[in-house]
Amino acid sequence: MHSIEAHRLVKTYKSHGKKARVTALDGLDLMVPGGTIFALLGPNGAGKTTTVNILTTLARPDEGTARVEGIDVLAAPGRAREVIGVVAQRSGADPTATGRENLILQGHLYGLDTKTARRRADELLEHFQLTDAARRFVRTYSGGMRRRLDVALGLMHHPKVLFLDEPTTGLDPESRTAMWQEIGMLAAVNNMTVLLTTHYLEEADRLAHRLAIVDRGRVVAEGEPEQLKGELRGDVIGVELPANSDERHVADALRTIPAIRDVLVAGRSVSARSDDGAAAVPQVLAALAAAGTPATSVTVARPSLDEVYLRYTGRRYGQNQEEESTATRRPQLTEVTG
Amino acid sequence: MSATTLDYPERTVVTHGSTLLTHTWYLTGRKLHALVRMPWVLAFNVIQPAIWLFLFGTLFQKVIDIPGFAYGGSYLAYLVPGIVAMNAMSGNMWAGMSMIEEIERGTLNRFLVSPASRIAIMNATVVEQAVTTTIQTLIIVILGYAGGARYPGSIPGIILLIVAAVLVGVLWGALSNMTGMLLRSREAIIAVYTFFMLPLMFLSSAFMKPDFLPGWMQAIAARNPLNWEVQIGRSVLSASPDWAAVALRCGGLLAVAAVCVAISVTTFRSYAKNV
Repeated sequence: MHSIEAHRLVKTYKSHGKKARVTALDGLDLMVPGGTIFALLGPNGAGKTTTVNILTTLARPDEGTARVEGIDVLAAPGRAREVIGVVAQRSGADPTATGRENLILQGHLYGLDTKTARRRADELLEHFQLTDAARRFVRTYSGGMRRRLDVALGLMHHPKVLFLDEPTTGLDPESRTAMWQEIGMLAAVNNMTVLLTTHYLEEADRLAHRLAIVDRGRVVAEGEPEQLKGELRGDVIGVELPANSDERHVADALRTIPAIRDVLVAGRSVSARSDDGAAAVPQVLAALAAAGTPATSVTVARPSLDEVYLRYTGRRYGQNQEEESTATRRPQLTEVTG
Repeated sequence: MSATTLDYPERTVVTHGSTLLTHTWYLTGRKLHALVRMPWVLAFNVIQPAIWLFLFGTLFQKVIDIPGFAYGGSYLAYLVPGIVAMNAMSGNMWAGMSMIEEIERGTLNRFLVSPASRIAIMNATVVEQAVTTTIQTLIIVILGYAGGARYPGSIPGIILLIVAAVLVGVLWGALSNMTGMLLRSREAIIAVYTFFMLPLMFLSSAFMKPDFLPGWMQAIAARNPLNWEVQIGRSVLSASPDWAAVALRCGGLLAVAAVCVAISVTTFRSYAKNV
């Protein structure tokens, strides 16, 4: 059985100052097998957070259905809430209370008695190395400590499914690595299903058993990271061009090389694939020289998720993210990313 | 994180008691805890009404000499229920600000994705408002006494004055929370405050006997919940309260407050549409 199932989710928002509604989800489908780590990958504004909001009963979709552990989240949100744990983008911890108080209150809301809630809180505080800070106000916590507390809050009641919305955004590299280990362990040790959203390719690649690339409110590609990369046969040749050069002209020149296929232009770089990248490089250099456009760099690499992303969305990952997010974000809420 | 693997044994059995009551209890506890830790916020909120009490009390001292005003010869005593009403309204009209803060922090969302009872979430803010309004009302009553005002209605009168103040506070607190949750804008709350605060104060008997108001003002004042509270307060603090009128107005306030809280609970639904 699938732990999370979503069918044709559609969600639109009123946009301030505009008549047309903004489409956040445009028929999104999702199937997450139980006990796995599943990543939703996509830039800001792609619909990741909206998907999580719907699956966690916070938001209602305009159309579509969703089930978590077999429970219809629209028809029986109360039952769904008991089996899910949620770590949202924004820390939900109360900064004017201590870490321990936050955890105990969370336990109470999930029906734990005071004794159990206290024991569980201390257990989690120790596990997340927060014991020394347990009785300090959360407003004195560092970013990494706060994030650890957020995850602890989501785990208080032993959920079957854990939602993590951009768990490592804003963390320093050390905290990020630690968080990755933690998330990996959660699924392995507890047989917990973990759905995480991220805009870090590396995070999805390292952590997720399966991932879905979300673009403009739809899933454009889904599968295991290796499988997605494997679909792009051969090496990737990347050509970086100096400013004021004609990318299309260069792309046309490259297309004349027989050993090369899938020539794509993304900004100031041109990428292509070849079964034998190293052998193709001299031909690429020759073609560039013939076109009269010197490259700033030519690289050969095994396909990465970046290439997978480029193939399915037609854009290089990270590129135009800023413009996109400002265009699709609602102005009122500060963080409607995903 | 830590080297030890956290062993997650059996799933904890989630017990369901009287969820609404227990959740109200714990969520209120959270709010009151925060309040106790910042008592200066409470104190600060009472400074303004205290200033008004003595400013108006002194400024309009001679009002008491108007033939037919009387009121035991003390304008300050006349003013106390009015300032109590004003404090209850102005203090609670900022409730939406903390609601917005909870939304921005993600705290409200954390509660909404948990099995926490929606009504309990609202109840917690209502009880917190009731507690702060009670304390502030007592402070005003004591300050008035220190300034020379006397309350023939004594303890029962003061208790009823507090009850009426809490009802007005809950009413405006619910409206403010609703504004905060639906519009998520601090400016909107300030706009609601400035639009209602002074007009409703002056369209009441807070400063002037109702008989001395022009006819149209009297007509509005009779329908102004804030004025009901002022009249309840003045009646119960007097030597001979008009219990029938007090009961009627208390019932009116209770009804309006209950409706406002009920509506504010339903705003969670509309909030969910726009998350």
